[in-house]
Amino acid sequence: MIRFMKYIWVYILLSSLVLVPGIYSLISHGVKPSIDFTGGSVLEIKMQVPVEESIIQSVIQDQKIPVLTTQKLDTSSYIFHMGQVSEEQIGKFIKALQVTTDKPIDILRNDTIGPILGSELLYKSMVAALFAVIAILLYVAYAFKDIKSGVSAVIALIHDVLVVFGSFSLFGYFFGVEVDTLFMTAFLTTMSFSVHDTIVIFDRIREYRKRSPNAPLADVIDIALTETMGRSLINSFTIIFMLLALVLMGGETVRWFAVALLIGTITGTYSSPFVATPILLIWNRLEGKKKRR
Amino acid sequence: MKQTKKTFGILVVLALVLVFFDLPQAPSIDTTLFGVHIKKDFTTRLGLDLAGGTQLTLEADMETIPSGDRKDSLESAKQVIERRVNFFGVSEPVIQSAMSGENYRIIVELPGVTNTDEAIALVGQTAQLDFREYTNDPLATDSGFIIPTLENTSAVGITGRDLKKSLLQFNSQTGEPEVGIQFTPEGTKKFGDVTKRLINKPLAIFLDNVLVTAPRVSSEITDGQAVITGSFTVDSAKQLSIQLNAGALPVPVKIVEKRTIGATLGADSVTKSIRAGVIGLGLVAAFMIVQYGWLGLLADIALFMYGLITLFLYRFIPVTLTLPGIAGFILSIGMAVDSNILIFSRYREELRRGKPWKIAMELGFGKAWESIRDANFTTIITSIILFNPGNWSFLPTSGLVRGFAATLFLGVVTSLFTGIVVTRTLIRMFYRGPKV
Repeated sequence: MIRFMKYIWVYILLSSLVLVPGIYSLISHGVKPSIDFTGGSVLEIKMQVPVEESIIQSVIQDQKIPVLTTQKLDTSSYIFHMGQVSEEQIGKFIKALQVTTDKPIDILRNDTIGPILGSELLYKSMVAALFAVIAILLYVAYAFKDIKSGVSAVIALIHDVLVVFGSFSLFGYFFGVEVDTLFMTAFLTTMSFSVHDTIVIFDRIREYRKRSPNAPLADVIDIALTETMGRSLINSFTIIFMLLALVLMGGETVRWFAVALLIGTITGTYSSPFVATPILLIWNRLEGKKKRR
Repeated sequence: MKQTKKTFGILVVLALVLVFFDLPQAPSIDTTLFGVHIKKDFTTRLGLDLAGGTQLTLEADMETIPSGDRKDSLESAKQVIERRVNFFGVSEPVIQSAMSGENYRIIVELPGVTNTDEAIALVGQTAQLDFREYTNDPLATDSGFIIPTLENTSAVGITGRDLKKSLLQFNSQTGEPEVGIQFTPEGTKKFGDVTKRLINKPLAIFLDNVLVTAPRVSSEITDGQAVITGSFTVDSAKQLSIQLNAGALPVPVKIVEKRTIGATLGADSVTKSIRAGVIGLGLVAAFMIVQYGWLGLLADIALFMYGLITLFLYRFIPVTLTLPGIAGFILSIGMAVDSNILIFSRYREELRRGKPWKIAMELGFGKAWESIRDANFTTIITSIILFNPGNWSFLPTSGLVRGFAATLFLGVVTSLFTGIVVTRTLIRMFYRGPKV
């Protein structure tokens, strides 16, 4: 048996190391919203021959296209992020770009999103998240006949959500990574995954408490964690294998989505034994003290 | 043991049937069985982000429509757009109406269409045709030719509703494209009366309150045939005739969202995701064998069965596969082996306590079940909320999110079956205990 619960301060330190920079970044510059939220246009093109970025920039100047950022993928592929532009303007822009190479341009992606839909998406995702949290809280509380388990599981879940959002705030600041619909999906999945592991551990604790009701909770937890640690790690490894494959080989469109899921998986696995369980223990200790008085 | 053999037999037959339906060149059923005609294609449906194409979200301007009629107007607008798209000849379009609070929307998915200007012009235009005459004849006031506007003209009472059909044709003298129209019997009579009254006077034709042409009527037209000329290109004349045939939209619409994915990017995503999936799957399978030996191999066979069942379900239901959907599938493979990992680690614990392996195995299945059930239940709850089966307007209705939720849900439910029933049967049939 490993005395996991003797090192609670280590877990607090570890979580803080990840959470503090993330939360600081979230407060100071938030996340970088994609056009899914702000509205605007994205155009991704591939030309048949390499074109210098300076030529592209002069076309943008000539056509007076409100391009916010130009992202160069390789010598002949570009992504343009634009504010509110009309369909005709985009059409003119594409034609002008075609003139520079004198060959047809392959349009890989051309999205325009109105500003109303963006705020609606944010609102709806938040409602969905709230629903999921309430449903999970109720289910865990019901399954373990204990509101403390439910709340501890949800606190661990909030921890994981903050880790995912915090890291994407940092990614946004350093690499310009945007938060889009796919990210919202990853964030909602992280929530369910986080609780998945917590339940497996709580289930074990419940079983041992039934078997030896007089043993100190800390000991019960240590036994439960020691026995579930192997399975938690093995299981997370399998999911991490799948996601790493997606991150490395899945192509540009799903890369950051897979990264979000990957971070969610890692923090979800970590938070079950090292966030949810210590909280359950501390809570029980506080309650015990009260009763003794 | 007899029972196990029977279950195993059923599973083998099931696997063979599934392999048939999961073949790359999708089979289709078209037979009559017990008097019921069954026709079904078993192809994998790809979403626009994988197949390439355009998705448009149109929002209807319902300001002038009484609130009781708004739902009906949205439905009929949807039908008009559906007809236009069908006349235009897009294969397998999807047109849905969606209400979100006080917003009335129509979502149009056009696979293979990447020319968005054309698509927007086709579905976004109201196409309200209106025949008008001058309120004060300029000839009478002798002020020469005045360009007809909405202000100086009045409707003669002929609109797009009086048309029977319209078609693209070419002027016999100039060769210019023009739109030929034919009136309904009632429209023919109205048109005859109007042309009789307006001989030697101009008759202006407006489309969506914009002047198209204003020819001078030379004689009474009684056969109900007419042409609309103007500076048409072949494309714009064809488009107008489609719109006239499909009818005008009952409400004006505007585009609030447009997403276009080129076919090359979509195909690229499919190849890369499949490759990533296969490699990840191989790693997981190898990892299971390293960890659990023969048991791991049996779990891998169950995982293969899992793949067969999910692919069949995608084709059967059918689930439209999107990029997040593939990610959901890949994620659920990772989760699918979790049940087996839980069971196997329980089994090892029981072995360590000195139980004979057969009893330890049955105990492992029994004890792991509770946590497998509880843990998967939360994932099922989340995927149902994300999928939003009630189509509630306060939850996400985005196709991407739903595609992900659908594959995650199917994955978790299938994994409960393969991880427990299939693995248990395989172990009872083939596993001969750990090496001593």
